[in-house]
Amino acid sequence: MANDTVAISEKSFLEEGTTKKATGLASWLLSTDHKRIGIMYLVSISFFFFIGVILGVLMRLELIAPGRTIMDAQTYNTIFTLHGVIMIFLFIIPGIPAVFGNFFLPLHLGAKDVAFPRLNLLSYWIYVIGVVLVLVSLFVEGGPIDTGWTFYIPYSVRTNANVSLAIFAAFILGFSSILTGLNFVTTVHRLRAPGMTYFKMPLFVWSTYATAWIQIIATPVIGITILLVILERLFGVGIFDPALGGDPVLFQHMFWIYSHPAVYIMILPAMGVVSEIIPTFARRTIFGYRAIAMSSLAIAFIGYLVWAHHMFTSGMSQTATIIFSFLTFVVALPSAIKVFNWVATMYKGSIDPKPPFLWVMSFIFLFTIGGLTGLVLGALVTDVHLHDTYFVVAHFHYVMFGGTGTIFFAALYYWFPKMTGKMYNLKLASINAGLFFVAFNTLYFPKFILGYMGMPRRYYDYLPEFQSLQVISTIGSWLMLITISLIIYNLLSALLKGKKAEANPWGGVTLEWHIKSPPPLENFHVIPEVTKEPYDFSQLKTMKYVPKGEKYD
Amino acid sequence: MTNHTADVSHEVHRDDVGARMGMWLFLFTELLLFGGLFLVYAVYRHEYIDQFRVAAMALNTTVGALNTIILLTSSLTVALSIAALQKGNKKLSIMLLVMTNILAFAFMVNKFFEWAEKIHHGIYPGSDTLLNLPDGQILFYGLYYIMTGLHGLHVIIGLVFLSIVMVFIMTGSVNKDSYVKLENAGLYWHLVDLIWIFLFPLFYLIQ
Repeated sequence: MANDTVAISEKSFLEEGTTKKATGLASWLLSTDHKRIGIMYLVSISFFFFIGVILGVLMRLELIAPGRTIMDAQTYNTIFTLHGVIMIFLFIIPGIPAVFGNFFLPLHLGAKDVAFPRLNLLSYWIYVIGVVLVLVSLFVEGGPIDTGWTFYIPYSVRTNANVSLAIFAAFILGFSSILTGLNFVTTVHRLRAPGMTYFKMPLFVWSTYATAWIQIIATPVIGITILLVILERLFGVGIFDPALGGDPVLFQHMFWIYSHPAVYIMILPAMGVVSEIIPTFARRTIFGYRAIAMSSLAIAFIGYLVWAHHMFTSGMSQTATIIFSFLTFVVALPSAIKVFNWVATMYKGSIDPKPPFLWVMSFIFLFTIGGLTGLVLGALVTDVHLHDTYFVVAHFHYVMFGGTGTIFFAALYYWFPKMTGKMYNLKLASINAGLFFVAFNTLYFPKFILGYMGMPRRYYDYLPEFQSLQVISTIGSWLMLITISLIIYNLLSALLKGKKAEANPWGGVTLEWHIKSPPPLENFHVIPEVTKEPYDFSQLKTMKYVPKGEKYD
Repeated sequence: MTNHTADVSHEVHRDDVGARMGMWLFLFTELLLFGGLFLVYAVYRHEYIDQFRVAAMALNTTVGALNTIILLTSSLTVALSIAALQKGNKKLSIMLLVMTNILAFAFMVNKFFEWAEKIHHGIYPGSDTLLNLPDGQILFYGLYYIMTGLHGLHVIIGLVFLSIVMVFIMTGSVNKDSYVKLENAGLYWHLVDLIWIFLFPLFYLIQ
């Protein structure tokens, strides 16, 4: 039992900060508490997500009719670039790891904080510096970046837009990502509670751990690539310039050596959240725990070796394309292992379709479409036809937005009561999930057909025969805007005047559900000793907090 | 889940093994940062094997070798400084760190003269003299400036890192019982050294 000599504060982390000196806003901005840092990331990231959404809606509005509608072509180029840069570098890469990883990794491990709390705060501030640089690059002379988020050579060297500053911002954001990854790997190795062996860790920890490794291994490569592009712009060194003997395709290789694994930085944590939500709402231990844990590592490893499937039409060697195509098919296997295990977990479970679970169902459907169309693009023959068309756009929105984005909301709905101690409107949240599903498919499914018909991505104008599908997609973007506004409304009103949440509203059994909502500053009054498997629901009989009105015997 | 008796007071969390692990992971990212450049070097050396040889002959092997000796010695002094602190000899430890800094500084001075001489001869990225050379040589010098430049930047960062730790030793917060910061600074310094050990043969020796 607890050591009586220690005075234990009953205050939550929202009321008590890590610094005694700072108060108010400063006690948040200077906090080394992983929970406060997670919430600061949540606020910043949600803000930029919403900006990205607005930019996306503007793009769709421009595309409602051929020719000029609301903006000129250069503005359109700028807007799709910013939509990509903001969504990828500011929202989806840090999204789940920085918000939910920060908040729940130490809780899941039974630790008081991450291994390097001050470094964690530094990561947040580096993120902020990166954000400021992106914003500054919009307004200084030269104009906002217009290269697409991939900033391919040679255009990114030739354009007069502010490429250097914008990609330097991505370099800075990379630093933040690396430091977060380094922190998480060390935390998992060093701060597991007594009895928490590697195979007793919740699966969210496993996937965050695999993600952290990719962040460490892949991010430096984009760092050096960015530096080379900047040097190329400043001095004309010639590394990527064929006129001086360089090779532009080498740039594509280096870019994708990072940017493909980055796709797994985006999706792996989402898969971890799914592995948390499904057992909780099926009241059944996860099927194939080890297979899911190991498939995260397998994805991290194989995902590092498939980058050139983005470059099948770049003119690289035929042998290489065949090898990369093969490896692309191989990386689909661990993802499929996860999906089969999730479905098997639900089989004969006692399913309770609360909002987080509904979001996960939507994820499985959308992610499966995204994954299978990925194979269409990974096959050499079909890729030549579909490369650089709307089909690619639809594919990655199904994987990234339908996958990671959906799970970002699922995680938010799952953990919101734990993070804030408030409960949102469950009915509205369920309607939200359904509306999201409809809006999503209206918005993105027509793009598969458009792409198959030959509509190229990133084009400002199009042929009249594409218009009906473009209009459907644009209507979808309005539905999406409504859905996202509803989510924000639901959560904000819960925060302001929501009912007090129970400590364990869903009947979860991982360690975060053993403590109060919101958690106290140092998480656990007594560091727990772990004896049970992570998804052993027989614990509910003896747990301190269980959902109201449920009996377990 | 049973409860475990543990003291949850506000004691400062200290984990030297964790701190060292974090440093190693960071060094790993540094290696991959340079790894990108080594990749580019490998590609172009393969493509322009003769031109790379011609360009490499114009570099001053003596200065390169001198710098290698300087850096290797500085790695030794850093390692000795850690040993001295572990044995409780604060003064010697600081003195050895000062020596490391002097050696690092000497390396940069050498580097400065080496670059200055090349620039004086009109060889720098974008210069007319360089652009008149064959493609392979343009790339060789481009990589020479980028890789030794990035390495030089790391020498400076290492110098600052070591100096900060030196101040910590003076104030006593890094001491005989808690020296992981010095170890980590040392690790970083060894990495800077190690990268040079690869740069030296790649640019100066393979001819």
